[in-house]
Amino acid sequence: MIGASLGRIGAVALFLLRVLGQCLPALAKPRAVIHQIYNAGARSLIIIMLCGLFVGMVLGLQGFDLLQRFGSEDALGVAAALGLLKELGPVVTALLFAGRAGTALTSEIGLMRATDQLTAMEMMAVDPLRHVIAPRFLGGLIAMPLLVAIFDIVGLFGAQLIGVQLMAVDPGAFWSQMQAAVELDDVYEGIVKSICFGFACSLIAVYEGYHAPPTAQGVGLATTRTVVVSSVLVLLIDYMLTAAFLGR
Amino acid sequence: MSAPPVRIRDLHYAVGARPIFAGVDIDVPQGQITAVMGPSGTGKTTLLRLLTGQVAADRGCIELFGESVGELDKARLYALRRRTGMLFQNGALLTDLTVFENVAFPVRAHARLPESVLRRLVLTKLEAVGLRGAAELMPSQLSGGMARRVALARAIVMDPELLIYDEPFVGLDPISMGVIVRLIRELNETLGVTSIVVSHDVEELATIAHRSYLLSEGRVVAAGTPEELARSEEPVVRQFMSGAADGPVPFHFPAGDLAVDILGQSPRGQSPKGQLPRGRS
Repeated sequence: MIGASLGRIGAVALFLLRVLGQCLPALAKPRAVIHQIYNAGARSLIIIMLCGLFVGMVLGLQGFDLLQRFGSEDALGVAAALGLLKELGPVVTALLFAGRAGTALTSEIGLMRATDQLTAMEMMAVDPLRHVIAPRFLGGLIAMPLLVAIFDIVGLFGAQLIGVQLMAVDPGAFWSQMQAAVELDDVYEGIVKSICFGFACSLIAVYEGYHAPPTAQGVGLATTRTVVVSSVLVLLIDYMLTAAFLGR
Repeated sequence: MSAPPVRIRDLHYAVGARPIFAGVDIDVPQGQITAVMGPSGTGKTTLLRLLTGQVAADRGCIELFGESVGELDKARLYALRRRTGMLFQNGALLTDLTVFENVAFPVRAHARLPESVLRRLVLTKLEAVGLRGAAELMPSQLSGGMARRVALARAIVMDPELLIYDEPFVGLDPISMGVIVRLIRELNETLGVTSIVVSHDVEELATIAHRSYLLSEGRVVAAGTPEELARSEEPVVRQFMSGAADGPVPFHFPAGDLAVDILGQSPRGQSPKGQLPRGRS
């Protein structure tokens, strides 16, 4: 069991090295990468914005309920901003990304394998790692921080909607306290997390797709594994990064 | 006399404990159409995978253009593949690209041609397979025969010296099949391409192949011109050429005793060893 897990981690690491080796050549043809940013990013926008709005609204409600017990409901802007920037934005976006873009990547690559498209490329002396895998990996990696930024902005709007418009928190206090308390380091933390999550989710998605058995069941299982492994990995990395940032 | 483009000697290959090839020798002469035939499951497609370096042989030698495929690194293997075109059983077109872009794909990957030159080249190849008018269609809009012809245009766009066809006639209607047969013959005659056709369609192969190999149970059981194979008295060859359901290649997959499987009893009415007959407790 442990041996198999270590072997799998080793296989993913070797695969990552091969993909990284193809990233520069893939960037030389940016059209494919831009197309994949559109696929992974723009096509996830609606679900990311919708979820960002709801998460922000819940944060507004829960935050107001908690803060008013201490008579400090004016600090709702700070609470919402820190919660979104440092934790909820990157984590929820990554989980949504794994469920939407990650599964789409895995099933697309897996089906390409099952229908001999990847083998056909290899027979044309075209490396699928360069022409299929690297652009998709880079597309996911670049799209994730952008999606997190949009999630955060929409989430803050949702929190403001509930806190200021519904619960009558003073808008000046909401925004000015946020501006005073949120530091650049908090923003950096969110950016670092979003890049790490994008890296992990994209890697797992392309790895599972590339190694999916060429059958309907094989592609289905690979797609499921993408969601499960990515989600667990995101939460694990989140803990490690949070501990690292707090320990600084 | 130069070495043949493909030379296979003493090829051994097994999947797990099951041997697929046990000493196969094949020569593919320059400029000819060589057919590799055999019943389903004899490893014809596996032979192509071995030939193109997709899998490695357990023993023996496979030479492609004089180079031993098993000893090549990735760069040299890819260099050999650029001299080879392959038509897959299902076409294997890239489903997110148009017909035009599918045919242009290997050219864009390997050469920097002006767009006008590339366009002329691709349309010429599509014209050769009769599908210039379908250039802007997506693969999902093509019939099986059309997809096979587009894949053939893609296979010849880099002007290969060797063309490999994996079951090119499977699932085609008689008209599409006739078109593919004609294209294989014309490409061979006009371009001088060496061709390997893997198939079990005896009648179609008889009309185009210069030489045929018949595989069975991991070995070449017959080799010669289609006429020589048709005249052969070998039981395996006769069964294959006539399409007889039973013979040296058995109709039944190896199995245990029918009575035991169906009735749960041995022929003498005895229970199988260690088991009670069904229905008793």
